[in-house]
Amino acid sequence: MARIIETRQLTAVTKYFRIDAPLIAASARPGQFVMLRVREGGERIPITIADYDRELGTITIVVQAVGATTQRVCALKTGDEILDVAGPMGGHIDIAPGGHVCGVGGGFGSAALLCLMREFTARGDTTTAILGARNKDLLILADELRPLCTHLEICTDDGSAGFKGFVTQRLAQLIEAGPPRRPDSVVAIGPMAMMRAVAETTRGPKVKTLVSMDPLMVDGTGMCGGCRVTVGGKAQFACVDGPCFDAHEVDFDVAMRRNKAYVQEEKRAVDRAACMDRRETA
Amino acid sequence: MPVKRADKTPMPVREAQARARDFIEVNEGYTQRHASFEAERCLRCQDPVCVGGCPVNVPIPDFIHAVAMGDMAGAARILRSANPLPAICGRVCPQESQCEAECSMTARFTPVAIGHLERFVADWERTQPPAAKAEITRKERIAIIGAGPSGLVCAGALARLGYPVTIYEALHAAGGVLRYGIPEFRLPKEVLDWEIGLLKAMGVEIVCNVIIGKTLTLDELFGKMGFSAVFIGTGAGLPQFLGIPGENLNGVMSANEFLTRVNLMGGYDPEKADTPVHVGKRVAVIGAGNTAMDAVRTSMRMGAEKAMVVYRRSDREMSARVEEYHHAMEEGVEFHWLTNPLEVQGNAEGWATGLKCQKMKLGEPDASGRARPVPIPDSEFVLPVDNVILAIGTTPNPLLTRTTSGLLTNKKGCLVADEKTGLTSKALVFAGGDAVTGAATVILAAGAGKRAAQAIHEALEARGA
Ligand SMILES: Cc1cc2nc3c(=O)[nH]c(=O)nc-3n(C[C@H](O)[C@H](O)[C@H](O)COP(=O)(O)OP(=O)(O)OC[C@H]3O[C@@H](n4cnc5c(N)ncnc54)[C@H](O)[C@@H]3O)c2cc1C
Ligand SMILES: Cc1cc2nc3c(=O)[nH]c(=O)nc-3n(C[C@H](O)[C@H](O)[C@H](O)COP(=O)(O)OP(=O)(O)OC[C@H]3O[C@@H](n4cnc5c(N)ncnc54)[C@H](O)[C@@H]3O)c2cc1C
Ligand code: SF4
Ligand code: SF4
Ligand code: FES
Repeated sequence: MARIIETRQLTAVTKYFRIDAPLIAASARPGQFVMLRVREGGERIPITIADYDRELGTITIVVQAVGATTQRVCALKTGDEILDVAGPMGGHIDIAPGGHVCGVGGGFGSAALLCLMREFTARGDTTTAILGARNKDLLILADELRPLCTHLEICTDDGSAGFKGFVTQRLAQLIEAGPPRRPDSVVAIGPMAMMRAVAETTRGPKVKTLVSMDPLMVDGTGMCGGCRVTVGGKAQFACVDGPCFDAHEVDFDVAMRRNKAYVQEEKRAVDRAACMDRRETA
Repeated sequence: MPVKRADKTPMPVREAQARARDFIEVNEGYTQRHASFEAERCLRCQDPVCVGGCPVNVPIPDFIHAVAMGDMAGAARILRSANPLPAICGRVCPQESQCEAECSMTARFTPVAIGHLERFVADWERTQPPAAKAEITRKERIAIIGAGPSGLVCAGALARLGYPVTIYEALHAAGGVLRYGIPEFRLPKEVLDWEIGLLKAMGVEIVCNVIIGKTLTLDELFGKMGFSAVFIGTGAGLPQFLGIPGENLNGVMSANEFLTRVNLMGGYDPEKADTPVHVGKRVAVIGAGNTAMDAVRTSMRMGAEKAMVVYRRSDREMSARVEEYHHAMEEGVEFHWLTNPLEVQGNAEGWATGLKCQKMKLGEPDASGRARPVPIPDSEFVLPVDNVILAIGTTPNPLLTRTTSGLLTNKKGCLVADEKTGLTSKALVFAGGDAVTGAATVILAAGAGKRAAQAIHEALEARGA
């Protein structure tokens, strides 16, 4: 059981949670995630640790409601308990200090940049955060991220805030601009299509790039192999060998196909959840 | 007087057609009459060779004699003195290669049904008020990593010695393979829950959702958490894959994934559970151990019309319990022996559609002493399938060893531990079960947990003295 200390609705479908989880907060590092479950019979789902406060013993997560379980999470309020929270799972993002690190966030992925930017800036790296969204209203956590990084770049598809265009276009400009704006390494966290586009952007100019893969997971402890992704032609378990991998080695085609394996069943789960909730509130 | 009867009293089982579509336990258990009848078959041998066949040396003739005398409480006491998980072992031990293999009756007749009797006694015990209570007399706290049979048994034995014990489990529920692997129709969860309840009544604390090596390191258990000794019972849960083309197609998964979705995550009851399980019309399970039998029979219960086992060796090399094999056959599982999978074929959407195989024949013995399967030229064919489930073995999970310094493992990733005590390469850190032996059996894991508990006690006494 983990108590929710604070919640904030970030967009219509994205919610911010600060949770009391002292053991996880004490050992979490950027790039790691938790597995959580909200009810008996519920799914175990992986959620990135967006930030942590070792002193307060809390972790921050940002959840986007896409299906049955994430909808149930997003229905939780301050003071509620989350049934199971286990972590920190996975390896952390390991980049040699002293360089210029650029974090690219799309959707809920922007949240994961919080601790990443905080840690790398604190140890003396130059840091750039590039946030992308379709429009200004879908942008999240820009104000929180601004003080945590050297440069904050905002990109919207419609130009309602910051740069008009995709995060990859802005990233390409920075790479071309050369030092001091050119990053030595890039970490992309967000929808698979975005991470793939970032991988293609940095492949030519050979900028070392990590992507945080989000395959379907069951246990998150290396026990089922359901989370396997193909990296450099070899099967890797994202929950223990990842979740961050060399973007230029990841087979995105296989990863995207595998994530669609349960679309039918997931639709049924959403319908059933809605039906159950109606019964519960009736 | 012992009565000589040639054949084992058969276990009452549910009708094959009906049981193959639900998750209710297949074996119904002996009645008192069956049990008394079978108990009388035991010759109470002067030299009970059966006892030597049991990895934990259950005093078999003694407990069976108590059953014959109608002294159920005595039988339960004798049984439990040697085996802390009798209701589970009675159900899942490979008796035909352990206790019953040695039974003197086997020479001329069929062996005494030691397993069935063990289960009978333990099931009776579960109808009685539990005798356990907490009696903590020691100040040294012990941490157990993993709530599988080895960890649970180690915890129970230490609690009985008066130690305060905390079990850390990575998943959200205790039991290890007994929870996520072995299905309900073979081992009802209420049996496991009863054993866990007993531990809790003895004051054992079970903390779920803590992964040692991630949430806390092993060294922190001693330092920050203040434990005096640690037992590692993390099992061998890392699934192996074949590395053949098409293994990443949708519909292909490890038996661990399939069984976890169904058992731990409750996928057998889609009305209650959110975790999806996708079972098509034709399912091929690769392998022929207990895991393969569980996976193939589960797939049938989840709606597969054709459930198949594909194995490159023959039925003689199969490692599954004989009873499960027979039950699987009765339920209509199809066996493809001497059939080697070469490739999974898929459709344009990336779903598995076929398993390309090659026929094999048995050749000279290999390193394991079993006949080596060799391919028959030009014998390739394609089995149409919707799912392929791999049950070709597991190895210890490196999660803990990767993050702990000074913990030695062998080439196979198994922890190096003293055979008698379970002591690892780190002081006051003991280990047992599949994490040490590689995938083995419940009774071996339980035995190792029990021996380690004694060794921990002695180590702490020696240190105190
Ligand atoms: C390491 C990791 C970190 C993650 N971090 C976050 C996070 O910080 N915040 C957050 O909101 N989500 C995160 N996710 C994704 C999250 O786990 C899934 O959205 C969630 O499991 C969906 O469960 P559901 O029952 O709500 O939806 P489902 O009913 O399971 O799925 C609904 C829809 O979402 C798609 N989907 C399901 N799982 C995933 C996935 N893993 N990735 C992409 N699409 C998926 C399905 O194909 C389906 O179309 C992360 C995933 C991983 C593996
Ligand atoms: C499907 C299947 C069927 C089987 N059928 C039989 C049978 O019929 N008869 C038989 O005798 N044997 C059978 N076996 C084998 C038997 O179940 C195992 O040998 C036995 O469970 C091993 O016990 P264990 O305690 O060593 O580990 P496990 O049962 O594997 O338990 C290990 C536990 O430790 C936890 N853990 C792992 N790492 C960590 C960590 N870092 N921190 C915290 N917790 C952790 C795991 O989540 C797990 O709960 C079967 C196995 C399978 C998979
Ligand atoms: S524990 Fe297993 S091997 Fe030992 S007597 Fe019981 S059934 Fe036989
Ligand atoms: S060997 Fe068989 S007959 Fe003899 S004591 Fe053991 S169980 Fe009884
Ligand atoms: S989620 Fe099961 S092995 Fe990664």
